[in-house]
Amino acid sequence: MDATDIGLWGVPLAILGGAIRVSTPFIFVSLGEAITERSGRINLGLEGTLVFGAMTAYAVAVMTNSPWPGLLAAAAAGLCFGLFHGWICKFSKVNDIAIGIALMLFGSGLAFFFGKPFIKPKAPNLPAIPFGAWSDIPQVQAALDVNVLFLIGAALSLVLWWAFRNTRAGLIVRVVGDSSDAARAMGLNPNRVRLLATGVGGALAGIGGAYLSLYYPGSWTERISSGQGLMAVALVIFARWNPLGCFAAALLFGGAGALGPALQSVGVTQGYYLFYAAPYILTLVIMIATSSPTRSLAGAPGELSITK
Amino acid sequence: MSAITGNKAVGVETIGMTMRFGAFTALADVSIKVRAGSFHALLGENGAGKSTLVKCMMGFYHPTAGDILVDGREVAIASPRDASALGLGMVYQHFTLVPSLTGAENLVISREKVPGVIDWRKERGDLAVFMDRMPFKLPLDVMVAELAAGEKQKLEIVKQLYLGRSFLVLDEPTSVLTPGEAQEVLGLVRAMTRAGDLTVLMISHKFHEVTAFADDVSVLRKGRLTGTGRVVDLDRKAMAAMMIGDQPIAALDSRAEPRPDAEIVLKVKALKAPDRTGLKSIRIEDLGVRSGEIVGIAGISGNGQKEFLEVLAGQRPRDAGEVMVRGSAYAATRAEARALNVRLIPEEPLKNACAPKMTVAENISFRTFDIDSNGKPVSWISAGAIKAFSARLVEQFKVKTASLASPIASLSGGNVQRAVLARELTGEVDLLIVSNPCFGLDFSAVAEIRARIMKARNAGAAVLLMSEDLDELLELSDRIFVMSDGALVYETPIAQASVQTIGEHMAGHH
Repeated sequence: MDATDIGLWGVPLAILGGAIRVSTPFIFVSLGEAITERSGRINLGLEGTLVFGAMTAYAVAVMTNSPWPGLLAAAAAGLCFGLFHGWICKFSKVNDIAIGIALMLFGSGLAFFFGKPFIKPKAPNLPAIPFGAWSDIPQVQAALDVNVLFLIGAALSLVLWWAFRNTRAGLIVRVVGDSSDAARAMGLNPNRVRLLATGVGGALAGIGGAYLSLYYPGSWTERISSGQGLMAVALVIFARWNPLGCFAAALLFGGAGALGPALQSVGVTQGYYLFYAAPYILTLVIMIATSSPTRSLAGAPGELSITK
Repeated sequence: MSAITGNKAVGVETIGMTMRFGAFTALADVSIKVRAGSFHALLGENGAGKSTLVKCMMGFYHPTAGDILVDGREVAIASPRDASALGLGMVYQHFTLVPSLTGAENLVISREKVPGVIDWRKERGDLAVFMDRMPFKLPLDVMVAELAAGEKQKLEIVKQLYLGRSFLVLDEPTSVLTPGEAQEVLGLVRAMTRAGDLTVLMISHKFHEVTAFADDVSVLRKGRLTGTGRVVDLDRKAMAAMMIGDQPIAALDSRAEPRPDAEIVLKVKALKAPDRTGLKSIRIEDLGVRSGEIVGIAGISGNGQKEFLEVLAGQRPRDAGEVMVRGSAYAATRAEARALNVRLIPEEPLKNACAPKMTVAENISFRTFDIDSNGKPVSWISAGAIKAFSARLVEQFKVKTASLASPIASLSGGNVQRAVLARELTGEVDLLIVSNPCFGLDFSAVAEIRARIMKARNAGAAVLLMSEDLDELLELSDRIFVMSDGALVYETPIAQASVQTIGEHMAGHH
């Protein structure tokens, strides 16, 4: 197929496509982190979980020659990481942030260790739905090639938003995250709720990792994540712990991530590396703009160690 | 069956309740009887064993010895769950409502059985029917964090009734309420006990509440029951004697006559600063504090007092306005505080005025460790001088500490406050800014700390006292301001101060 020249229109189109393509891991990691943080813990280890999930998914997909067992394996591995974090944090005088950093390094290290043999072979990809088939323009087709995980992520953010208000489990997570004392007075065990919330958060991050290695960029390398797990944590704070906000913020970050490649594709040859840094700069700008020395963070779960 | 809750009040009795923690006996052979449908007050100082006793009743602690009877039958209460099954419930001093949930969400989630998916239409209908029978009217669709303290307190009580409790322990229920709110809440609760719907055991140390509302009273001191009986048979003096025994209480200095022409030490003009939500601001139009007077600022917490203090302490930037101390602009730098003799005692001193893990000696020396006896900066810090200085102050202010080298966090609340007072009140004091100095302290510590503040006033210091305890303000102040919604809305000299009017302004009814 010949590339049709659509000029500068390529930039917004590429950003839209990028937003859809790049945002998916952000969506899953940030939704997972939103659940964990709503329960009153921070799991910075999701970066490690993301990388390990990517490796696991790729390895299992190569061995079974199907992406779906890979996806499940990544979720299971993420669940284990999350449960491990949750279990360690129940002991007194354990700091969840320090454990998160340890697990981040551990997850990445373990993934590199087990992942060496899988750098070469090619794994089957997760399927995408061509919503752009109506158009003749290949750029439009490329931009609207939407992976099923993106759709699942979008649905999940709606479901979570609903569930935090309308289900027992959702309310319990909010209670535990806002006040351990109130939770204990109700006969809830905050540690158990946080264990499960961290576990589910880990599983979602694992799925985010599977998307990285099985769809975009679609191969397993050691630099596959480049800090997306950490950015997703920042994004949860930006989104004020609201699942719909997480989804919107993930799109924004995804779009920013696509800015560099998009400019390069329309022939900007100078300085586009600067735009590769857009998501990182965006993280910084957002953190600065939304924080203040004289205001307390609205909507933050009361038990979070950063807000206490 | 009663009209209001459909519950019937139960009576609770403890027999020979004893609780030991290791070698320490927190509760020794306490037997009290709370009649069904009565309003029973439990009096005692901090550490007298009041909360240990009710925690044993509620199943949080397992007593070393002793029995509990509910409606005359012996019961085993091994956990809070057992207690709630028997209809026993407790309203804690710190709220157990979840701030970011609405009232309705709080009520529904605290129920024993909550369906997996909550049908809000049905729940709202049920709640409306339930609330119709309640004596309190409350907005249930608002986030609890946005409710006033009085509304939270009512919601706590409503929650217990919603859960079907018919015996309620109220732990100092009015400590965060305005006088008007306190009257209202206690009055409604008493009406429910009169109707036979509810039995109430109220922990308190306010005599006027006990005499106004309670039927019976029991008094604990050092883990022992020192008296019990009908309230009508006892006067305040008798109850106070049961509470504190024969220990001496520091007497307030008699108030030196204020001089209306005394120098204005602190002057605040057109001050504007953002509050902690960043959405509203506090505005102090004009406030002057003269040498030798105590100016009290009353208000319900969260109306900007904390922010005002933070501005004066240099912890919060101001948008506009000026703060003058003895005619010169004051921005709360260390040098200015030292030159102008400004001292500060913030609330929760361990958190706001101490480095908790540093030693008592170091904490006491924070103001002076880096200057020598002539007020010149020193280049080497002398451990010996710090030790001698703090040893003298510990002695003088009767700070009880294991040693000068103990971390200050290991001291009890009263002793942390004494240590901070020692630091702030030593040397020349021209301006003293104090916030909630006696919060959570026991009788004798409170008396002593108030006496020290009065003494500083009589010695010529200008004192700005912010407090949520109206009794404290009425006892100490020469003038009282009321702060509401970020502004000073009312001023009265102490001679004309009326609790009623102050309470109305605190509640923002003007």
